[in-house]
Amino acid sequence: MLNFLFALVAGLVFGLGLIVAGMANPAKVIGFLDLAGNWDPSLVFVMAGAIAVAAPTFAFAKKRQRSMLNLQMQFPAARHIDRRLVGGSLLFGIGWGLAGICPGPALVLLGSGLVKGWVFVVAMLCGMAMFELLDRPKRQRH
Amino acid sequence: MLIDWAHFTPLASLGGGLLIGAAVALFILFNGRIAGISGIVGGLLRPSRVDVAWRLAFVIGLVSVPLLYRIFAALPESRIDAGWGVLVVAGLLVGVGTRYGSGCTSGHGICGMSRLSPRSLAATLSFMASGFLTVFVVRHLLGA
Repeated sequence: MLNFLFALVAGLVFGLGLIVAGMANPAKVIGFLDLAGNWDPSLVFVMAGAIAVAAPTFAFAKKRQRSMLNLQMQFPAARHIDRRLVGGSLLFGIGWGLAGICPGPALVLLGSGLVKGWVFVVAMLCGMAMFELLDRPKRQRH
Repeated sequence: MLIDWAHFTPLASLGGGLLIGAAVALFILFNGRIAGISGIVGGLLRPSRVDVAWRLAFVIGLVSVPLLYRIFAALPESRIDAGWGVLVVAGLLVGVGTRYGSGCTSGHGICGMSRLSPRSLAATLSFMASGFLTVFVVRHLLGA
């Protein structure tokens, strides 16, 4: 139950951060990605602020076996840089550049009541579902 | 390169970043998990449906923020310039791409970089590069 509560609070704080940072405004994100035009460097500050808090926390967390709620710590196990990682990320970047929306802000836009945000989220969920359908048979074969 | 001083918000963006960092810290310390949004949402679409409760809780938190924010203040401007067709294509690409690439701006960009993961660095450089290139093509070559 506490697990559920902390996830809810983390989601709330994360979303508030996105709004305060300006990340929930796709036009501003496009302004950051437009290096050759009128460039808005604000997003660099979002990354810097987030990493400044997260980096020391992860350094501390890595040494622990269990979380504060006594749950198993789950760090990604994959180490190799492969075609899936780079190819998937390149595709994601194209979508990000086209709309100015990545998954976190997409969910915030859902609550903002922007119809275009809803359309994006539905398309994004379809994309994720497509991955499950395309990738599952492959995983089972291995 | 010209700096868009009119829209540049270093302090607000830094403050927002600190909040995002705090959320990430809370999540790893208490739930023992990486706060990667595409992974959290994608997990809900898995046939095995593991850990539905906390995933849903995180998503409910994110979606509720604008609703709660409105009780205290007007929401800041949020503008989506992309047309309907482009939005659908963009959404599909973000959905498929983040799942194949095992993460997005949060999981790779913030959590992975903070963990000094070479894999996340490669992913972040990849989506940043194609993001920059896409906006360049759309805005400056196609003139949209």
